[in-house]
Amino acid sequence: MSPRVFDNVRRIKRDWKRDEGQPMTSVTLRHNRVDLALHELRAADGPNLLLLHGLGEQSPASVPAWAASWPGAVWALDFTGHGASTIPNGGGYTAEVLMGDADAALEHLGPSTVLGRGLGGYVALLIAGARADAVRGAIIADGPGLFGGPSGPTSPALVSVPPGASGPPDPFVLLELARDVRPPDYAATFARAAAEHSDLEEPIAVAAIGRPPWLDAVVDALLLEPTSVEDALAGYSR
Amino acid sequence: MAIAEEDLDDEARAARAAVPEARRPDRRRIVSSNGLKLAVYEWGDVNAPPILLTHGGMDFAGTWDLFAPLLADGGWRVVAWDQRGHGDSEHAALYSWDADVRDAIAVMDTLSSGALPVLGHSKGGGLLMQLGEMAPHRVSHLVNVDGLPGKGRRMVDVPEHERSRMMASELTRWLEHRRSSATGQRKPGTLDELAGRRARMNPRLSREWLRYLVTIGARKDADGWRWRIDPSMRFGGFGPWRPDWSLLRMPGLGMPFLGILGLHMEEMGWGVKPADVEPYLPMGAEFHALDTGHFVHIEQPRAVADIVLDFLARR
Repeated sequence: MSPRVFDNVRRIKRDWKRDEGQPMTSVTLRHNRVDLALHELRAADGPNLLLLHGLGEQSPASVPAWAASWPGAVWALDFTGHGASTIPNGGGYTAEVLMGDADAALEHLGPSTVLGRGLGGYVALLIAGARADAVRGAIIADGPGLFGGPSGPTSPALVSVPPGASGPPDPFVLLELARDVRPPDYAATFARAAAEHSDLEEPIAVAAIGRPPWLDAVVDALLLEPTSVEDALAGYSR
Repeated sequence: MAIAEEDLDDEARAARAAVPEARRPDRRRIVSSNGLKLAVYEWGDVNAPPILLTHGGMDFAGTWDLFAPLLADGGWRVVAWDQRGHGDSEHAALYSWDADVRDAIAVMDTLSSGALPVLGHSKGGGLLMQLGEMAPHRVSHLVNVDGLPGKGRRMVDVPEHERSRMMASELTRWLEHRRSSATGQRKPGTLDELAGRRARMNPRLSREWLRYLVTIGARKDADGWRWRIDPSMRFGGFGPWRPDWSLLRMPGLGMPFLGILGLHMEEMGWGVKPADVEPYLPMGAEFHALDTGHFVHIEQPRAVADIVLDFLARR
């Protein structure tokens, strides 16, 4: 075992203790008219890991077991309409606005590896394409909202929520981002943008078992080998 | 809210008076769309049959001040609203076409639970076509004024790597704008400066009209006039939706349909020509192409009103 790895392990042990014993600290970031909650799950000097939750979820209260191997700091963002972030009136969600949420977190944190579950994985792909320099690898994992809506146009649905329904999560986000259209070539464009503008060998890691058409297109565009969350984290932490 | 006539300063009062054919709404009220406050305006007899007008992107209901009175005088209760983030309506955290369509329905719910005629300009026409497909039971007649979909920009000759570079730079610009929009403000200026800025997007419209619009769509702060529109809104953008998807849905609309197109291409227009849309019009649709730019109903309010009144009377 090299000293470097040993050093990482020690740091992780220390942080586990912190996770159990100390309250989580959070910061509030402004994205347009929304206050976003960004939670520090583990303070550390090492590289940043940013967790993006799935549709209808919120940030975990402590570093989840599947991310525990990360050697550095771990942060988690509550998307608009989720967790401790603002619930706006009247809906109007798009995956692109959530990409703006992730961008606000990156502006605060600086370069970070982004691990997204479900919808968060789709957003991780978008932000990896848009901010190839700030995203030190995007990991797409299974989770709610991975599949999203259709790949092409469908008949539009008249959607609204019952009066008085509230959240979190915002009933509008559950409705709107379970059915957002995700054309495979649109997703592939973001994957290619990430590959062309990032200096990482493989800026996208597909660790999801679920394979909606948009994700197949990402895998095909970059000729990716499927991986696991653990291996992807190990790869990006080097 | 838009400045009441009695609160205007002399310069603004003169700007209003310079367009004597324009008429401010007879009534104004607020409608809540799932908690978001929308400003709604009406011209004409409250007991007349209602028709809903939907303005285009970056516009506001006051841009109907030339056209709506002609429909009102033709026997209609003309109802328009400022779309979320536009005019006097609340600036929202989120914007999308689905949300705009829900807002339209919130306004329509205050008029009738059944079907009524709707008329939209530019983006407003596009929104109403989505509404007409989503909720045909709410739309008795659909009038689209220079908002007919086209095939969109096709980038067939652009190599793949070039396309992703173009998209990446557009994305970066959008994200940079989002980063600053929490604190952003529209640039202040004199009444003439604001009219001049709008003239760049509305080159065919008279300076008198643009100065008139400033007195409605802008407010006067200590440091000058500012457009009221949400500073987080901007032109351009990106997303998964493609214009040809809208085009392919148009033939399926079942209510009486009237399409009006301006023949002169300009900045705010969609670059759609009659030959592009004619094959896709719904069965039995009426179609008129006028010798105007994109703002057909502002350049020729009487001609457009006559076409619309005639269409509504016959169908």
